[in-house]
Amino acid sequence: MATVVTVTSGKGGVGKTTSSAAIAAGLAQAGHRTVVIDFDVGLRNLDLIMGVERRVVFDFVNVISGEATLNQALIQDKRLENLSILAASQTKDKDALTEEGVGQVLEQLAEMGFEYIVCDSPAGIERGATMALHFADHAVIVTNPEVSSVRDSDRILGILQSKSKRAKEGGKVHEHLLITRYDPARVDNGEMLSKEDVCDILAVKLIGVIPESKAVLKASNTGVPVILDDDADAGLAYGDAVARFLGEDRPMRFVTPKKQGLFSRILGGGD
Amino acid sequence: MALFGLFSGRKKTSAAAAKERLQILISHERQNRHGPDFLPDLQRDILAVVKKYVAVRDDHVSIRLDRAGDASVLELNVTLPEN
Repeated sequence: MATVVTVTSGKGGVGKTTSSAAIAAGLAQAGHRTVVIDFDVGLRNLDLIMGVERRVVFDFVNVISGEATLNQALIQDKRLENLSILAASQTKDKDALTEEGVGQVLEQLAEMGFEYIVCDSPAGIERGATMALHFADHAVIVTNPEVSSVRDSDRILGILQSKSKRAKEGGKVHEHLLITRYDPARVDNGEMLSKEDVCDILAVKLIGVIPESKAVLKASNTGVPVILDDDADAGLAYGDAVARFLGEDRPMRFVTPKKQGLFSRILGGGD
Repeated sequence: MALFGLFSGRKKTSAAAAKERLQILISHERQNRHGPDFLPDLQRDILAVVKKYVAVRDDHVSIRLDRAGDASVLELNVTLPEN
């Protein structure tokens, strides 16, 4: 039985694809056979974040419509042997994602022995997003500590609790809150919602807090999931989040302001 | 910063304002989220039944669901024509 983990947020630009890439790579690093699927038909980007953009021949929609087999469309990651990527179509209409078609692909992936299927949901609440949500066993809600992102996350929670397959069958999708672009110094100054505030409002269990970090842009520039960057606070924070997802108990790191040394204060550097 | 806050007369921070606004908004949106899926259909069916006996206009039937504590109240309002 494969576990479907959907990474979602409602609002765009909060870090869904970055998080999907990091979580999928983290699960693979932990020894689990993992596939990550881009559900953003028409605007694919996961391939770029994973650094496989030049290796995409067939995509998710090709597989659903029978133009290619899953084996032809899956891209094997070159860094992690446990990890495969299924790109979204760049051209096809998003209506190509049918419930039946998506369900069959997920089933086939499970039969191939994948333990985790990470679904990178597009922004919004249109077809691609609802399809990614529909089959979720677990949902990682990516939220920035900012009003519109929190509100949209709550909308997505509502959809998960009423429209997902699990909900319709009388069950429940496991919900996890992942706060990204967190700036502890601004939280301390009362300029940014704290992680406790966001948890209070959304009433979802916190799985990780990813600090605002220059490493995220660097990772996307080079097409390497940020979790593979051991020197970056954001990478380590994703590592913690994946470990918690797998049941480990880890304290939150990078949630208090960095103490600036005398040197960096004088020189005005420091990230 | 906490010390500074003491002297500046505990001005409400923008983060506190954000939290308050979100809590009000989200509790309101959550109330509307549950249940009303069937309300438009229910309204249409009730209207059809009423119309069998009395000539009423479509906008003269209103229906709403209120939640107070653990009880839900379904409120139906039909404005009958004067004659």
